[in-house]
Amino acid sequence: MAVLVIAEHDNQSLKGATLNTVTAAARLGDDVHILVAGYNCRAVAEQAAKVAGVTKVRLADAEHYAHPLAENWAPLVVGLAQGYTHLLAPATTAGKNLMPRVAALLDVAQISEIVAVESTDTFVRPIYAGNVLATVRSADSVKVITVRGTGFGAAAAEGGTAPIETIQPGARTSACRFVSQELTRSERPELSGARRVVSGGRGMGSGENFKLLEEIADKLGAAVGASRAAVDAGFVPNDYQVGQTGKVIAPELYIAVGISGAIQHLAGMKESKVIVAINKDEEAPIFQVADYGLVGDLFQVLPELSQALDKLKQA
Amino acid sequence: MKVLVPVKRVVDANVKVRVKTDGSGVDIANVKLSINPFDEIAVEEAVRLKEAGVATEVVAVSGGVAGCQETLRTAMAIGADRGILVETNAELQPLAVAKLLKALVGKEGVELVILGKQAIDDDANQVGQMLAAMLDWPQATFASKITFAQDLVTVVREVDGGLETLELKLPAVISVDLRLNTPRYATLPNIMKAKKKPLQSMTPESLEVDVRPRLATLRMAEPPKRQAGIKVGNAAELVDKLRDEAKVI
Repeated sequence: MAVLVIAEHDNQSLKGATLNTVTAAARLGDDVHILVAGYNCRAVAEQAAKVAGVTKVRLADAEHYAHPLAENWAPLVVGLAQGYTHLLAPATTAGKNLMPRVAALLDVAQISEIVAVESTDTFVRPIYAGNVLATVRSADSVKVITVRGTGFGAAAAEGGTAPIETIQPGARTSACRFVSQELTRSERPELSGARRVVSGGRGMGSGENFKLLEEIADKLGAAVGASRAAVDAGFVPNDYQVGQTGKVIAPELYIAVGISGAIQHLAGMKESKVIVAINKDEEAPIFQVADYGLVGDLFQVLPELSQALDKLKQA
Repeated sequence: MKVLVPVKRVVDANVKVRVKTDGSGVDIANVKLSINPFDEIAVEEAVRLKEAGVATEVVAVSGGVAGCQETLRTAMAIGADRGILVETNAELQPLAVAKLLKALVGKEGVELVILGKQAIDDDANQVGQMLAAMLDWPQATFASKITFAQDLVTVVREVDGGLETLELKLPAVISVDLRLNTPRYATLPNIMKAKKKPLQSMTPESLEVDVRPRLATLRMAEPPKRQAGIKVGNAAELVDKLRDEAKVI
């Protein structure tokens, strides 16, 4: 019996989150397969075949798989479920949208956002905005799981030589259709997997002021994130949100600027290796988790930080 | 169109929960309980649909102990027409909740189920999707904008890369995200009116649903606590520390 990982991709390339999920899968069984469902996505299957530890890639290429509509993907996964003990997907919005539907069709529990594997039937997952870790055991015949990327290292993207098996596409839903998408286009690293992140909160005051953060981010090769308050205020789009119900990340360096540090925001970044906080309120809760805190006016500090980083580069 | 809004009673968002010393669970004795913030947004949206003449009736439903009646009254104070309590002391996990809701959808002749994307206690984010699967209805999760036109509903969803727009045929299940709306404050007159609105109570047995939990919780623990570090005086000092001490730049 094998473990199946549902690949996260954009029909051109495999997303990093898939690699962290493969690592989790490898803890559950020796035979790790990847399902690539998409449209004109052969290139993704070829990348998946090279991932270390993957023993087979199953490719379902059809127009109705172009976007990860749960109504189309779930029956496809369910149709394959019989040969697997575990079905895994990254805990991305696509994975979280899909896997509970798969679990319900199989009449089994779904285990969301695992951060650790204790055994083939026992997993650790965060609850209460990550303030509590629950260890749960499933007795279901197939475990349907979403994997939080920050809990597992990425499997190596090279080294594997898995065969690619083409499979018959499943049925196409008529009850739902994809209309359009508006994705943020940026030269900067993607927030989810970035090694460094500079994040802004309500204190930034406006979307225009985020340019100050972008300048710092560019000097550090960092991604830009935001608190819920900044997104709600319209400073930046929703995909910048770091937090309990936004993105949960664990970069090497997280610089929080003008962010007070509400429980729900901490849930999204408290696993970062090094946390820096810049805030004019010395009572702000963020300072309780920051390794380095700078109490000051961000509009004064940011230009100084920019200069200091320039000096570093010259040194 | 009849709308069903599942609402969950959860530990209030501002409470910092503590794990019991024996690790058997979370200590919620004497802790403030409130309507799940995402479900509150769902109730608000359903009430707006009624005010717009799209929905004919908004029914709130909650599963759990008798105290969940408070949550139903809150939903009714926002504008739900009536409440249903599926009363049980058993631990209700998402699969069981979805089965209870499916039974109610059948009984009530509901065409739209709208609920929060996740409960802030278990952070599972599953019920909407599971219910949609069981009903074989389309689903739109993480909704930030919902527009109805006859028997079609267009939903803008917040996804990792930005926004995605889907068009669903009714009947459908929609789970809502933070920015869909800002729920109204329940006025005192509405709170008083809510006390008189019908609240029906039933059991999982009466709906013929087996709600036994599938996942056993072995233990709970608090993650390692992060300690506060040091304060630096200025940006130059910060950069030095990040380079020499933390070695992250």
